[in-house]
Amino acid sequence: MDFTFAPEHIALRRLVREFAENEMAPLAMEIDREGRVPFETLRKMAKIGLLGVCFPQKYGGMGAGETGYCILMEELGRVCTSTATNVGAHIGIGAMSIYLDGTEEQKQKYLMPLARGEKLGAFVLTEADAGSDAAAIRTRAVRDGNEWVLNGTKTFNTNGSFADVVTVMAVTDPTLGARGGMTAFIVEAGTPGFKVGTHENKMGIRGSSTAELIFEDVRVPHENVLGKVGEGFISFMKTLDMGRLTLGAACLGGAQAALETSVHWAKTRKQFGVALAHKQSVQWMIADMATEVEALRSLVYRVAWLVDTGQPFTQLAAMCKMYGSEVASRAIDVALQIHGGLGYSRDFPIERNFRDARISEIFEGTNEIQRIVIASNIFRQHGVRIRP
Amino acid sequence: MDFTLSEEQQMFRAMFRDFSAKEVAPGAEEIDHEEKPPLDVLRKAANQGFLGATLPEDYFGAELDFVSYAMLIETLAGDCMSTAVTLATHVSLVAMSILGHGTDTQKEEWLPPMAAGEMIGCFALTEPDAGSDAMALQTHAAPDGDGYVLDGVKTWVANGGIAGLFLVFAAAPGGITAFVVEKDVPGLTVGYREPTLGLRGVAINTLYLEDCHVPAANRLGEEGEGWDIAQRALDRMAITLGAAGLGVAQAAVDVAAQFASERVQFGVPIAKKQAIQNHLADSLIEVEALRYLVYHGAWLVDQESDLTFDAAVVKAFAARVARSVTNRMLQVMGGYGYMEDYPMARKYRDARALGIIGGPTELQQVTVAQWIMASKDVEIAP
Repeated sequence: MDFTFAPEHIALRRLVREFAENEMAPLAMEIDREGRVPFETLRKMAKIGLLGVCFPQKYGGMGAGETGYCILMEELGRVCTSTATNVGAHIGIGAMSIYLDGTEEQKQKYLMPLARGEKLGAFVLTEADAGSDAAAIRTRAVRDGNEWVLNGTKTFNTNGSFADVVTVMAVTDPTLGARGGMTAFIVEAGTPGFKVGTHENKMGIRGSSTAELIFEDVRVPHENVLGKVGEGFISFMKTLDMGRLTLGAACLGGAQAALETSVHWAKTRKQFGVALAHKQSVQWMIADMATEVEALRSLVYRVAWLVDTGQPFTQLAAMCKMYGSEVASRAIDVALQIHGGLGYSRDFPIERNFRDARISEIFEGTNEIQRIVIASNIFRQHGVRIRP
Repeated sequence: MDFTLSEEQQMFRAMFRDFSAKEVAPGAEEIDHEEKPPLDVLRKAANQGFLGATLPEDYFGAELDFVSYAMLIETLAGDCMSTAVTLATHVSLVAMSILGHGTDTQKEEWLPPMAAGEMIGCFALTEPDAGSDAMALQTHAAPDGDGYVLDGVKTWVANGGIAGLFLVFAAAPGGITAFVVEKDVPGLTVGYREPTLGLRGVAINTLYLEDCHVPAANRLGEEGEGWDIAQRALDRMAITLGAAGLGVAQAAVDVAAQFASERVQFGVPIAKKQAIQNHLADSLIEVEALRYLVYHGAWLVDQESDLTFDAAVVKAFAARVARSVTNRMLQVMGGYGYMEDYPMARKYRDARALGIIGGPTELQQVTVAQWIMASKDVEIAP
């Protein structure tokens, strides 16, 4: 057992923290108010290699592995959840799907510019009637010679409105259902028939874009099939496993920030003649919050280590996402309570963090879905197969 | 013990529901998104007598019992918590303070225009360094000729931006004292409007008092009675906010239950899933517990009992229930719960205020602990 970070990971954390505090913190409130994606930040991140942090250097990445990626997400989540969301959708599910299942040619053609941040990615799965029940998607892909023709509408797509390269899940054989009948395709923005629909007006992560994507007779060459035809379900399950872990890492950052700001305020704010820090109600809040943050930290980096050493991690990744999002929500709720009226005011970051944090219990698989994943993994070992 | 509502109370409730559905629900989203105080609704509410809900008919009030009034606030909060809190501030904090502590002259002067909605009331107690510790207020009332000169800054003044009548608490030589200050009095300036997570239709403002001369006739009660007046007002408000919490929580359950019955995933309405059933069931269990706590508290107001303990219990529990229920109900709606085009996100943001406004939950915990320890001869300071 060795719980120390490698020197290159320590250096990476220093780099990202400095970047987040200098470049992202000053913009966080503005992008929330204006509801705009901070492309200038993404460009700067690309320049220092952060948009391909986990991928091997031969594909244009930094080669920092999953541990490095978790460090990135933790530090981004500590400062701005919107930016962490943009980056997570780009690296964690967009580019990641191509890294996990792409052919060498696809990696050269698509992963390389994504990892370098020259292009931005997205992962397109959800539909109006297929949220938690992702296997119920209806977007259709029909083979026509050496091409596939895609038709359907996807909802709640993070980065979808501006991504250059999207991984799209479609049904290739309705008779087979999810397992065997679903296929992943790489689609480039600008392909005729591929359009952006309505933008969602969200409670939080307003500095990220969530849009509807419409596919109308979109023709995709057969070489853009990602993985094998009919294996899309397995493909997206693998990708989402990775995304869940790193979402947990972003939540860790959010919870850490809530703890730091709470400690600072408890030290500063005086009521009844003493700093709040001298009140046991507040001390208990801080103690509970810090304990949960440390438990989450251990979980996140243990799972990152499992990924980097090629061990199974599905069940633990679901735990990272579920526990992480709930720890972050609790921590920010407590931070708001400690700050009183100031916590409820839009002039201070806690209010934004409170709105932002809530999405993590919902997207990338609701926490109900995570509990199903965890329970089904546990029961499978005992010979019981459970259905959602 | 009798848990049935009287025929009159049932009739009132039906009337409140009708009013709220027609006049409040349609504009609730706009009030929130545009941060617009519900002035139109207040006008219509005044026509119904709601702005003088608990005031005697002598002052053109509707003379409702407090349980009926709590049901009014509950009903409004179900559709628009901003409207409920605006009205509650006006009635529970201000009008009833004047009714309880004012001279006949003062009551005749201010209560009829308050009931008619010509003057909206606001309650100016909190200061930058006196939040939970309200007794630490610094606003000063110096005797001057036939009155007082007020100086100080008040923050988080609900209704500040729309008020015609300001109930201001200041330190006079004889202790904390309440003053009724009318708008347009020189030296009173309404400042910064707080941008908030929720309750975005409530005009919460900073208030500046600079050399603000107030005649002695505008002093409510005697010098030094201000703390008692504020406490009683906050106790009534705690129960009223409890009713608002009940309303928002019940409405959240209604919205999410409808969604769960219609949303199909895995081939069935999600209401068929135990995880969703448990979210709904746990929420309704809490709502029902809160309902009787709130009505009991409201009934106590009419009995003229000391409310300190019960008000703290109601408010703390209401804050917890409103928070946990809106949180679960948002989860039931998944991504749709997170979108501002549906009402749940607003309810979730609004409900969170209850842990803070009218005194944070931690203060209510202190009050309850003091109550428990009083019989053991242990004195507890906040």
